[in-house]
Amino acid sequence: MSPQLLIFFLLAALSVIGALSLILQKHPIHSALSLIVVMVALAGLYLLMGAEFVAAVQIIVYGGAIMVLFVFVIMLLNAGEEEHTDFSKIAKYGGLPLALALTGLLATAMVRHGGAVANAANSDSLASTTSISMLLFSTFVYPFELTSFLILVAIMGALVLAQREKS
Amino acid sequence: MVPTQYYLILSAILFGLGAVAFVVKRNIITIFMSIELMLNAVNLAFVAFSQSWGRLDGQVFVLFVIVVAAAEAAVGLGIIILTARNRRSLNVERVDLLKL
Repeated sequence: MSPQLLIFFLLAALSVIGALSLILQKHPIHSALSLIVVMVALAGLYLLMGAEFVAAVQIIVYGGAIMVLFVFVIMLLNAGEEEHTDFSKIAKYGGLPLALALTGLLATAMVRHGGAVANAANSDSLASTTSISMLLFSTFVYPFELTSFLILVAIMGALVLAQREKS
Repeated sequence: MVPTQYYLILSAILFGLGAVAFVVKRNIITIFMSIELMLNAVNLAFVAFSQSWGRLDGQVFVLFVIVVAAAEAAVGLGIIILTARNRRSLNVERVDLLKL
């Protein structure tokens, strides 16, 4: 087994364990910490694929900014342990089997037909940050500018939603 | 080299676990986190395909997905704060005004 494959299985196991822990933990702060484990493991996988820039952005934006936002909201709302209510029978008996069936379907599709996808010839020369930025500012420049409008709208939306009502 | 197929299988498993968490969990913040998990699984598939085709478009798409996820997190958490303030509960099953 090559060292790359070994690192892949290590990080893959870490991310799957983190995702399982997200489901099994009762307290939202524990789920948030499990999600951080998943995101750091995925950043390691991006590094393994030679996508350094995406790995850095994953750590900074996902592991840093978004998860800090989550933890902050959990602290702000003083979220306690999940209470168990059995209001919805459909979610219990229909939702879980269907979600598991979706997982199985996706995974078997990848196992059967994923082998047709070509493997990368060489991962070293592909992903330099320079070429990503060249692509971002030439081919994808309009979507890139549109995302700034999206962020502006999101800022205003969050402000309007979170402000206290004047009475 | 790690075959691209392995990355795709891992991506499918993570997406499925995110879907399971979305259905099983009752806490609105945890449900929101499972959406982020599904977005991460899709990002992994994007980068795997980008590497497999030898083109960088997939990595640019990942940047866009991350931007959209950040905007979504800001607005979604605003909605969660508002809901928690009005309902005094984070359980999604207590937010059922539109339910028959």
